[in-house]
Amino acid sequence: MGYKNKNRHVGIVGIGETKFSSHREDVNQPEMIHEAVRQALDDAGLGIDDIDCVVHGNMELFEMVHQPDMWHTLGTGAYGKSAFRLTTGGTTGGTLVSGADNLVASGMYDVVMAVGFQKLQEGHTTGGITNMADPLWARKLQSGALTAQAAVKVIAEFGEERARRAAMTYRIIMDKHACKNPNAHRAFHLEWDQIDDLMAHSPPLIGDLRLIHMCSQSDGACAIIFAEEKKARKISEKPVWVRDHITVHREETLNLANNYYPIDTTHRFAAEKLYERNGIDNPLEYFDVFEMYDPSAWWGLDWLRDFFLLEGDAHIRMVENREIMIDGKMPINPSGGVISTNPIGATAMIRVAEAAKQIRGDAGEHQVPGNVEHGLASSFGGTMWTVLTMLEKETNW
Amino acid sequence: MQKDDFSNSYVVEGKLALPYTYFAGRLGSTFLTTLRDQARIMGVRCDKCGKVFLPPRQTCERCLEDIRDKWVALESTGVVVNFTVVRQQDKHLPRKTPYVLGMIKLDGADTPIVHIIEGVDPDKISEGMRVKAIFAPESEPSILLINHFEPAA
Repeated sequence: MGYKNKNRHVGIVGIGETKFSSHREDVNQPEMIHEAVRQALDDAGLGIDDIDCVVHGNMELFEMVHQPDMWHTLGTGAYGKSAFRLTTGGTTGGTLVSGADNLVASGMYDVVMAVGFQKLQEGHTTGGITNMADPLWARKLQSGALTAQAAVKVIAEFGEERARRAAMTYRIIMDKHACKNPNAHRAFHLEWDQIDDLMAHSPPLIGDLRLIHMCSQSDGACAIIFAEEKKARKISEKPVWVRDHITVHREETLNLANNYYPIDTTHRFAAEKLYERNGIDNPLEYFDVFEMYDPSAWWGLDWLRDFFLLEGDAHIRMVENREIMIDGKMPINPSGGVISTNPIGATAMIRVAEAAKQIRGDAGEHQVPGNVEHGLASSFGGTMWTVLTMLEKETNW
Repeated sequence: MQKDDFSNSYVVEGKLALPYTYFAGRLGSTFLTTLRDQARIMGVRCDKCGKVFLPPRQTCERCLEDIRDKWVALESTGVVVNFTVVRQQDKHLPRKTPYVLGMIKLDGADTPIVHIIEGVDPDKISEGMRVKAIFAPESEPSILLINHFEPAA
């Protein structure tokens, strides 16, 4: 794997998130980005002169802008600084965190600001996303990001009634969390007694994937400032440490059924490797919060099994018993997750930002009760890509 | 195999539509409506470094100060700081060639904008030439609310 321990500790010292919305006609792209950048700088108590390097990313082509990192310097403050652009589709936000972490850990820069954004209202996502398929083998066959594949799988294994009810339970839990997060895009105030009605009447998109299951198209930005340990302790009273991160990519369409790679999902493969090299035997016991990139309720439900290395129906029971609620045994997405808010290039970064806020203990109304020491954040991109990031309150690992 | 042998080399034909919208933002919108309704060109000043920016922007690129409310009215006259002569005709161009595209620094601004310069022989254009804005009252809200620049006394 070529993995080595980090050269030095890297701490998150500043976090900024815009309010997420599908109506940001009031700002252009650099202006919107700047809202998150300003918030992150203020959160860290830093000025732009304190930032050594800016890492910028979004989902390519979604705003039809060429070299957005250059154009957005007015918002990011990258003028005259070292700057990089990273773009890996849906995982972009996680890759931004990985990249910034690596840049600081390597010793190249002491303080790095990562900025992820998306302004989906301006662009044409299907036009952009169609580009990801191989022009010869797949482009004329593929659909976009909407798929009922997870629904088919969960229903086949657990039966229609149990699967549909569990997926809708997951959905309502996420909405209840979103209602606590003032930055969340969609918060419907759904109630438990709406489950049957939603299962029957939410407009179907594809197969068993209904409108209510699916994430929104959001506009917004997220900025996180990373610093090496000495500076991090000086800058922040409660820096959050990036312990480790892992990236697993695969072209699912072509490589799913060959024998060259393990046929585990990239989520499970990433989780296994990450926990193994960090000596974590029981992730459910270890982590205090998990911010998952869950683009639909079906995926969120199904992926719990992969991320926590569960077997059988353990993940279904976690949802049925509402253990994934903010005050449950394993709080998942106290922010409301991706179903409520999905500004793609920022989305995976928001997972890390939100997990870090939980560890700092200042997430506000959606703060997980009790001490949060160990956080996990996942990123997802098409066709099946995973970035998994571990955050810690202390550097005692 | 010969280097120029392309037999049995299939080329996949494709075409992608790239529709988009772009939000000018409140700052850019104020610039456009002032230009449209009052035929005035507005820049913004950074109090920290003193630079006056045109087009206006929310933040100073150097200081990162928030300058969105620091409007200053600029003259509609200025000086050509750079230019090029467009000679190759193409259907998307806004004028029949040859015509002049200039970088024009308006009086009171520190940064130039790009615009069309008319009323001068393309071979006679020069840096330092004084020009003035000619407004286009019926235009859509865009930078073409200024129709063009032309030589000023």
